Amino acid sequence: MDSILFFQQIVNGLSLGSMYALIAVGYTMVYGVLRLINFAHGDIMMVGAYIALLLINCLSPFINTTLLDNHYVLAIFIVALIASMIFSSLVGVIIDKIAYKPLRKAPRISLLITAIGISFFLQNLFNMIFTSTEQQFPVPPIFEKMVTLGKVSMTLGSLLVPLVTLLVMFIVLILLYKSKYGIAIRALAFDIQTVNLMGINANRIIAIVFALGSALAALAGIFWSSNYYSVYPTMGTLVGLKAFAAAVLGGIGSVVGAVLGGLIIGLTEVMVVAFFPDLSGFKDAFAFIFLVFILLFRPTGILGINFEKSRF
Amino acid sequence: MIKMKISALIYIILAIAFIVIAPHFFDSYGMGILNQIAIYITLAVSYNLINGVTGQFSLEPNGFIAIGAYAAALVLLSVDQKNDLFSLEDPSPIILAFHTNSFILALIIAGFSACVLSLILSFAVFRVRGDYLAIVTLGFGIIIQKLAINFPSLTNGSMGLNGVPLFSNLYWTGGIAIIAVILILNLVYSKFGRAMKAIRDDEDAASAMGINTFWIKTLAFSTSAFLEGVGGGLLVCLLGSVSPEQFGFEFTFVLLIIIVLGGLGSTTGAIVGSILVIGGMEWLRFLDELQIKIDILNINIESMPGLRMVAFSLVLILVMLFARRGIFGDKELNFFLSKNSKKKGFK
Repeated sequence: MDSILFFQQIVNGLSLGSMYALIAVGYTMVYGVLRLINFAHGDIMMVGAYIALLLINCLSPFINTTLLDNHYVLAIFIVALIASMIFSSLVGVIIDKIAYKPLRKAPRISLLITAIGISFFLQNLFNMIFTSTEQQFPVPPIFEKMVTLGKVSMTLGSLLVPLVTLLVMFIVLILLYKSKYGIAIRALAFDIQTVNLMGINANRIIAIVFALGSALAALAGIFWSSNYYSVYPTMGTLVGLKAFAAAVLGGIGSVVGAVLGGLIIGLTEVMVVAFFPDLSGFKDAFAFIFLVFILLFRPTGILGINFEKSRF
Repeated sequence: MIKMKISALIYIILAIAFIVIAPHFFDSYGMGILNQIAIYITLAVSYNLINGVTGQFSLEPNGFIAIGAYAAALVLLSVDQKNDLFSLEDPSPIILAFHTNSFILALIIAGFSACVLSLILSFAVFRVRGDYLAIVTLGFGIIIQKLAINFPSLTNGSMGLNGVPLFSNLYWTGGIAIIAVILILNLVYSKFGRAMKAIRDDEDAASAMGINTFWIKTLAFSTSAFLEGVGGGLLVCLLGSVSPEQFGFEFTFVLLIIIVLGGLGSTTGAIVGSILVIGGMEWLRFLDELQIKIDILNINIESMPGLRMVAFSLVLILVMLFARRGIFGDKELNFFLSKNSKKKGFK
């Protein structure tokens, strides 16, 4: 394999990995505050993609097609992206309020079952409304523009995804470590009782965590569907599971770990398929094999966080 | 104790009587549903052992059922049938080497292949506690599906297998359901069962009491895997065909609804849950063909495929939110009949 192809694969892997990372951050934050594997998180990604698809389809007719300009298409895409992130975070908060909040004091197994119920509910609801056929996702043409860096050429989209992810992660980390809410979130991960005693409204902080995680998941969903040009109701399941594996790999409860884990899993997946094409049928299984090995040899993940005393 | 044994005997006789009488009262459609209910009782009761009794939240049944189904189908198909069937790739010699006409042997093979895999899996998942089991077992189901698609020489890939001899009838399915229930109840009331319940209630305390939690969990896991494999074998001989798509996560989800509705940890609950959910699914079939016309938006939805599953996921969420203990809690039918129920009351 020559080096040009290798670098292209690295960019592809980083692009895929940063999508996993965006979702993994939501998993890891919710796990940090509630000790809950939020099975519905992958489906929120699907919800985000569908909302963006609907918005783009709704807004597009308002533009004169003869004057169809790339800038307009891009503007619509960005508007849809932001609106979908806001709406998805609302969905996340509503799910928390309706399904998880009444079960705060219940055994954790009840919470997990409810989360699965929500995941299945969302999938089937969207399956019912939009049917299970894959729908084409309109991608702004600018994303498909080829960029050449030295000898390596790639689409602008696959270059933008890691960059945007990096930016978003930077913002999230600043929020977590510099803002008052961020401090409250991290405090919640230490001890929920003490946080309540300090006069912080724990439920509001948990809602913020869900909102933030869901917005990131929606972003990942839109990136995902622009990368693969399609949206379908079960798209979130497998991606969500892999992202969870990424969160565990990085050390669940740690945001930096989630990003790291996501990138590692994305890169491995792309590299293995590139180097061993025979194994491409099993590319969905790597994340779980990773997961099993981590559980066997280092259950605390790369960053070595003890999940009984989880920290961000 | 003698009372309990007598009442158990009465239940068994009643169940056998029902199996014998049923063909005279139900048409073939009804018998099909009864067969399904019987298979789901086997599956739900064994799933309940790991999920409800031992309290280890695992989501593996679809994987083990798929393995059981494939194992039974591959053993029961004759060499000629296999050669005709495998269109993507020639069948591998391992597949051709095994063939039996004995249904019971096929079921045992199905059970053991699931059991062996569960033993391997348990080494990975029971090293750590809690939620990881859920995600690894969920991933396991997906991997099994991928393997079935990507090994055409073993499983005929996404084409699946068909023409499996239809051995399953109510005598088999019902009989095995009764055996499964007796087996599970005997296990639950043995010292192993008490250890399992101790693990569910407090793993640290159980460990401090000298229970080898890892082996008890593995025992529960592999027992339920064995029965799920057998259930898969029964299912494939009822339907006559098997394909990878059949064993998606929906399968596990239905079983989860059954045991949650019946009450986690209650074998009686699992039986009643199977009857309610499988019967209810047939009854709610009209939901999928529902025609809805909304004039305001000018939307005319011809039918709503999937509305049934939406309804069932809502049932699961509502049961979890408002009636977390399900119908039976973790009690058995005997508890309600015995005098103790009045004295102890519900906890």
